[in-house]
Amino acid sequence: MRISVQEAPFDPGAEAAGFGAGRSDVGAVVTFAGLVRDDSGRMQALEIEHYPAMTERAIAAITQEAMARWTLADALVIHRYGRLTVGETIMMVATAARHRADAFAAAEFLMDYLKSRAPFWKKEIGPEGESWVAAKDADEAALKRW
Amino acid sequence: MIDVVYFAWVRERIGLARERVDSQAATVAALVDELRAREDRYAAAFADISALRVALDQELADFDAPLSGVREVAFFPPMTGG
Repeated sequence: MRISVQEAPFDPGAEAAGFGAGRSDVGAVVTFAGLVRDDSGRMQALEIEHYPAMTERAIAAITQEAMARWTLADALVIHRYGRLTVGETIMMVATAARHRADAFAAAEFLMDYLKSRAPFWKKEIGPEGESWVAAKDADEAALKRW
Repeated sequence: MIDVVYFAWVRERIGLARERVDSQAATVAALVDELRAREDRYAAAFADISALRVALDQELADFDAPLSGVREVAFFPPMTGG
């Protein structure tokens, strides 16, 4: 299990290539990458704030929960903070398992929990100013399925 | 004394990221009442508790949680990770 909370950009392809490699017990790797999307067509940047003392600990707890619920060989979470521009990779998760069902389910679980339980806050910066991204009820509701 | 930290729009509304508060509040809710009574900017930030989340020593908690032994209280809006 590896968790990285970082400001620096990363290459999700390179991370995926190295993940779960060189093992004989991994038959399935699922990766997900989240990118900065611009719905308004006028976004200049996305500013991501976090709670440094809590972030890594919260993500570790979520990842440990995933590893307890599914049979995973490995899990990876990388999440950025700071100022990002449209199209940049914000974060990725990767899960490795013997079979794909565990890898897919664990990756979805990680994404659902990272959205609503990891201490990040997004702010959109545009020509008319700044606005905090509001949490969606659907994101909170998504936790109930687990 | 207790360390109180604020994030996102709570930080902006109060105008501070961190402060040390001299409080004997027994619960988070009691601490919120004390902060609210201070100044308008606190009252504005804590106007609707349902729009806020709280963490005690970096663990998510409820507003009725006790504060005994807690060193750091964090107030912030619902998280938007991922």
